[in-house]
Amino acid sequence: MSQTAGLIPAPRELTTEPRKSDKVFRGVVTAGGLSSLLILGLIAIFLGYRGFEVLREEGLGFITNSDWSITTDEAGNVTDSNFGLAAMLVGTILCSLVAVVIAVPISVLTAIFLNFYCPQWMKKFLVAIIDMMAAFPSILFGIWGFLVLMPSVEYWAKLIHKYLGFIPLFELKPYIVTRSPFVAGVVLAIMIIPIITSVSREIFAQAPLDRIQAAYALGATRWAMIKAVVIPYGRSGVIGGAMLGLGRAMGETVAVFTVLNIVFQVNWHVLLGAGGNVASLIILKFGDASPYEIKALMAAGLILFLLTLVVNAAANFIVKNTGKSGR
Amino acid sequence: MSQIPQPGKPWALTPQARIKEVVLFLGTLLLTVALVQFTPLKGKLAYFFSFFILYATVTAVAQYLARGKAAAKDAIIKTVVVLGAVVTVLPILSIIVTVVSKGAAGIHFGLFTTDMSMATPTDPLSNGGLLHAITGTLTLVTISLVLSVPIGILTALYLTEIKGRFMGPIRFLVQAMSGVPSIVAGLFILSAVLYPITKSYSGFMGALALTILMIPTITRTSEEVLLLIPNDLREAGVALGGTQWRTVAMIVLPAARSGLVTAMILGVARIAGETAPILLLTGGGDKVNPNPFSGSLGSLPYYIWKSFNAGSPEAITRAWAGLLVLLLVVLILFTLARLLTTRKMKAR
Repeated sequence: MSQTAGLIPAPRELTTEPRKSDKVFRGVVTAGGLSSLLILGLIAIFLGYRGFEVLREEGLGFITNSDWSITTDEAGNVTDSNFGLAAMLVGTILCSLVAVVIAVPISVLTAIFLNFYCPQWMKKFLVAIIDMMAAFPSILFGIWGFLVLMPSVEYWAKLIHKYLGFIPLFELKPYIVTRSPFVAGVVLAIMIIPIITSVSREIFAQAPLDRIQAAYALGATRWAMIKAVVIPYGRSGVIGGAMLGLGRAMGETVAVFTVLNIVFQVNWHVLLGAGGNVASLIILKFGDASPYEIKALMAAGLILFLLTLVVNAAANFIVKNTGKSGR
Repeated sequence: MSQIPQPGKPWALTPQARIKEVVLFLGTLLLTVALVQFTPLKGKLAYFFSFFILYATVTAVAQYLARGKAAAKDAIIKTVVVLGAVVTVLPILSIIVTVVSKGAAGIHFGLFTTDMSMATPTDPLSNGGLLHAITGTLTLVTISLVLSVPIGILTALYLTEIKGRFMGPIRFLVQAMSGVPSIVAGLFILSAVLYPITKSYSGFMGALALTILMIPTITRTSEEVLLLIPNDLREAGVALGGTQWRTVAMIVLPAARSGLVTAMILGVARIAGETAPILLLTGGGDKVNPNPFSGSLGSLPYYIWKSFNAGSPEAITRAWAGLLVLLLVVLILFTLARLLTTRKMKAR
């Protein structure tokens, strides 16, 4: 008895307790993972902290006024200041809405083309080109818009002014149109088409094959199939993609700054060469801004940050919860 | 005996239908030329639009005669869809063609051996070059890579390996971060680091802002790659007695190597041309500056911006040449990333 007892190994304890190295590993990775939270939090805190003084001073007027002026005495002290973002906010919304309105139909058509019309070899090539375009630097779009697009817009504006000038919308002198929110919107549209296209393409590609085949089996033409199956299925995904594009368009700086004629007045007329957006205001005023004005710019940055955050969050929510709709 | 039927393609076009299509296409082409020649319409755009409108009408009529209303509608939509795709591709082609044709004039050997310390943007093109901009962009990219790759890959590992409590929020925050406007990232570094701590422009400040823009790209691509690694590998590692740390470090990450490199390349492509934060933070010097921590640092976007704003024909050509170099960098990075991913898929 005592002999066999010595042969039986002492019972081992089974635990799910991770080793020390694993604990360290998990800790480090979790810390790294939380860095995005940290960075976003810090952005909001620092911009809010720097801009607080101006935000308190201006109150709600910071979003509803459209003056941007600052007067200083000889010693450099601020005697009077007026900061209001209304014109820039209106400009931001106007430009990005024009961009989305132009970009969405084109992107949806392109996505449909890529998924249902395009031969396979061409599809690979086109997808590569469109993805690459999403990585083009924004300064490239800005300069292209200024030096290539604007002259041709002027040409068209002249034609339209000549033949359709009796319509009130087209009354404007052609040279005013070239630096209008509409042209900035066109440049932004070209920038966001790749984003919306790739989101819609992925959603359309997930359209259930059985429904597609069922539609064909019932004798549908290709368009009838797309209308009955693909578009209802992908609708919310396209909306999400459009909002992602909207978020990108709202935050765009350089491309808008080069094309748009920045004026501190609320302007809802798409073809009138006056407008601006919050991001281009920051670039415009940053160069010779006094410390107090910098604070106002920080506050403007905070507003822009929150605006894009909300739009993006909504977009991601829609894209994530898509794919269950459709007939 | 029993005959095995030949596999057929009943849906394929008959030669007759094919000839008919070609005839319709050529007929429309002729009609377009005729229309543009004999009416006051003129120019490339006139050709372009009248061709699409005519083709839609011609095919619709042909389909209507052959198959009825639904087919006619289908034919019209087909033309519209193709038009949409063409409109997407046209600006890309226009951008590439303009940059190459206008930038080529500004490219010369001296561009890569001299900087702008002895020249101004309005000088003749043979004076000065891009050296400071290229080295500056390299410095910025290297520093941001060093900073963002660990954070990006750790975040991706959290999302794929640990799958902890914060998975949902972190995924959401990374998405949100990818939408942060570049100018906001610049302002943040300005308010959090430059004003309170260093008080002077330097390349490092620019690199910090670029890091913020780069992290989401790297995280999302790495996450996708790590999700592709088969779970068998992880289970095999644990079954051999490895801790999670050893499994991830010795099995998962090496298996995902080429994908992670792709993630880095895409991250670099994302920030190489980023202009707004560079304008706020780096100061944009005209001289080669080997020290990113002090003194202003030139870079490609800043050079392009400065030349473009100088406005004279020489300066504009300089800007186009700079854009051409920048575009080439982005193209090369993108092709590299493509090659890496396709080779990996073939190896599978």
